[in-house]
Amino acid sequence: AIVADFHKKIKDAFEVFDHESNNTVDVREIGTIIRSLGCCPTEGELHDLIAEVEEEEPTGFIRYEKFLPVMTKVLLERKYRPIPEDVLLRAFEVLDTAKHGFLTKEELIKYMTEEGEPFSQEEMEEMLSAAIDPESNSINYKEYITMMVIDEN
Amino acid sequence: GKSKAFKAAALIQRWYRRYMARLEMRRRCTWSIFQSIEYAGQQDQVKLHDFFSYLVDHFTPRNHNERDFLNRMFTEERFAQDSEMEKSSDFESIEVPDSYTGPRLSFPLLPDQATALVEAFRLKQQLHARYVLNLLYETRKHLAQLPNINRVSTCYSEEITVCGDLHGQLDDLIFIFYKNGLPSPERAYVFNGDFVDRGKESVEILMVLFAFMLVYPKEFHLNRGNHEDHMVNLRYGFTKEVLHKYKTHGKKILRTLQDVFCWLPLATLVDEKVLVLHGGISDRTDLEFLAKLDRHKIVSTLRCKMRKESTKQEEEKKTANQPSSAQEPTPWFLPQSRSLPSTPFHLRPDKAHRAGRSCSIPCPGALDRQELSRHARRSVDLELERCRQQAGFPGIKESEEPSPLASGPDPESGELLEPTQEEWRQVVDILWSDPMAQEGCKANTVRGGGCYFGPDVTEQLLERYSLQLLIRSHECKPEGYEFCHNRKVLTIFSASNYYEVGSNRGAYVKLGPSLTPHIVQYQANKGTHLLTMRQRISRVEESALRALRKKLFAHSSDLLDEFKKHDADKTGIISLSDWAAAVESVLHLGLPWRMLRPQLVNSSTDNMLEYKTWLESLAKEQLSRENIQSSLLEKLYRNRSNLETIFRIIDSDHSGFISLDEFRQTWKLFSSHMNIDISDNCICDLARSIDFNKDGQIDINEFLEAFRLVEQSCSEGRDSACPQSTDTSDGGPSSPDPH
Repeated sequence: AIVADFHKKIKDAFEVFDHESNNTVDVREIGTIIRSLGCCPTEGELHDLIAEVEEEEPTGFIRYEKFLPVMTKVLLERKYRPIPEDVLLRAFEVLDTAKHGFLTKEELIKYMTEEGEPFSQEEMEEMLSAAIDPESNSINYKEYITMMVIDEN
Repeated sequence: GKSKAFKAAALIQRWYRRYMARLEMRRRCTWSIFQSIEYAGQQDQVKLHDFFSYLVDHFTPRNHNERDFLNRMFTEERFAQDSEMEKSSDFESIEVPDSYTGPRLSFPLLPDQATALVEAFRLKQQLHARYVLNLLYETRKHLAQLPNINRVSTCYSEEITVCGDLHGQLDDLIFIFYKNGLPSPERAYVFNGDFVDRGKESVEILMVLFAFMLVYPKEFHLNRGNHEDHMVNLRYGFTKEVLHKYKTHGKKILRTLQDVFCWLPLATLVDEKVLVLHGGISDRTDLEFLAKLDRHKIVSTLRCKMRKESTKQEEEKKTANQPSSAQEPTPWFLPQSRSLPSTPFHLRPDKAHRAGRSCSIPCPGALDRQELSRHARRSVDLELERCRQQAGFPGIKESEEPSPLASGPDPESGELLEPTQEEWRQVVDILWSDPMAQEGCKANTVRGGGCYFGPDVTEQLLERYSLQLLIRSHECKPEGYEFCHNRKVLTIFSASNYYEVGSNRGAYVKLGPSLTPHIVQYQANKGTHLLTMRQRISRVEESALRALRKKLFAHSSDLLDEFKKHDADKTGIISLSDWAAAVESVLHLGLPWRMLRPQLVNSSTDNMLEYKTWLESLAKEQLSRENIQSSLLEKLYRNRSNLETIFRIIDSDHSGFISLDEFRQTWKLFSSHMNIDISDNCICDLARSIDFNKDGQIDINEFLEAFRLVEQSCSEGRDSACPQSTDTSDGGPSSPDPH
């Protein structure tokens, strides 16, 4: 019964991007689909997943028949769990070496584009537009997290 | 090992990417909501008109009562036969008072005057009816000289700008002229249809476009869209706008417009290489045929009286060819539709849209054609008999089977003014079709007209006529434009914020001598660019969800029945999974209900839902303070657009009044076929309550006003930010009517 429920959830999410109604989606949308189903993989983990669901000779499209079993397994095994608020907060605190309670715009840009799995310019700009307080040119990460979490719910 | 900073950054990025993905999902779902509601409305429209067309073609009045009734309902006012005298006296006799401070036009029109019009409209002035009619008269004269397919060259004006749907959004037009420059001999423009409906300034847009066309006939071009059609206008707000702005001369303006619309060219060809038309193509599209037909015979793509004697030949031609594209639809409301293989128009929108390769149009050759038509005729008669009884006409015994195809052409009926089936179909295809990613060509069931055409169809056409690009409009795109079919098809859509403030950008495309498309995007709106993506998406989403909840409410009874089916033990509770299945089976919108569920159903415990409570909460949101029975209101809401359209059809002389009797008869006819179960008494009571002076006449505007009042009082007490509805029947996404 749980599996049946997962199947329906996966189907719904898949169909949002199945523009031609032929049970395929563009591979570039797979990340969005997987994440909207509650998972929080790294880019690396995402690439591995894509490799699993791709065709032998990649066509640029992912078929539902291949996606469904893989995604079901991911949901059943509760892989790639979302990040709790406090863990996220601690990550910001690690970057805030001076313990100010905020990061400057330059610091944020440096970390997000040079460390970890770097942001693209688009991603960076989008994050800045919502996160940076234009007056102080910095991000009060505690407030930012709170705002984002509320918005999610 | 990786540094702490590295790991911390990776974690933040991982979290952020998930957040953005969920935002993107919400945006897509919101888009689906708007689109499916819009197309469902169009489908409804088509169904309604199919119904009336069918009656017109097959209902033979047996006595003068019936004949009068039908005549009142279905008079098509054609003015092609009218003398020029009548035309010119249409406006010359209209006096313009000295107190009028708006723009005054004199003909032949000068460029300054066209520019002055733009400025006047920007200042919210209204053009006097006399000038409107004069302009329309001159426009028609000019259009009638143009070929069906305009040929334009980039060697005169170096650049040509092609704009898509504007839908009454004057702000966007003004913005385009501001950003790209006014039309001139050096700056050519093509406007690709759908100038009117939905937005509130359709009249002004037409005036500006027609004015520039008269001033720069060689450089300024217009293509007809599916909304340049008085039947479509009845539903989507243009008729309403005209009658509201021009209380005395509105009717005359509308009648004249009918004639102007059908004279609009069907397509524009740039440098013999780029084809610009409104909707799309089909695998039968024949440009030579299109170039030769009499386009003005096709007054409306929704309703078509066709030359009867050619129909038989067309039928034979049809079976000889591959049946793939827009065939004459089998009337969906006949009982036979259910027992025979489903026609394209009978499939559920989501099923048809999603069926992909498995959805095929029934081949007429598969069944015995004689048997088919005999069966059809029998069902038709039965149905018509039922019609008569419902409408209160005395039953008549039929001695012989009338054949729909048998009646010969009536030389008096202006047979020469009717298009053939093939002519009609070719035009419908180019005004209504949409591209699809799959190969092939199939009926466009979502819209109810035209086709879905695949990349192979595009390739075929481009090759056949040595073209390199097809530019079309007709579909709203989030970025204002979209390439498809290997960049051989470009959709260009110029009405920004079409569904809602912040929903999409508008765009136009410029072509130079190299014919490389250069796209310019914009969003003509105050302040949305200051919002973050998150905020923008939230606003649009909220609007979409409101529209969706309204639709859900409108189907409360059906939903309740469906929920009960999932609740055999009568616990009052069903699973969320069942909820999703039930909702889809009632609404047929093809939406991802499980993705939308969190926004539509408040925190449910352990995946279960008390459905009655949920329906009640929907009702509370929608019901007004008025004391109208909720089930009646619900049904009326659902059929609001249809009701209004029916009113406007009955009121063929746009007098603003219809008799109670006419309304009752038409409602009965209509509701029996749509399986709407509102008792005659209820409707009469409602109508009578609107008939304030008790003279047996209903003032249409007052009746509709009653709906608006109900609607407004519903949204009072909610966020006053967006009180307008996104119901497709309304004037569009702008501020509420100051009625």
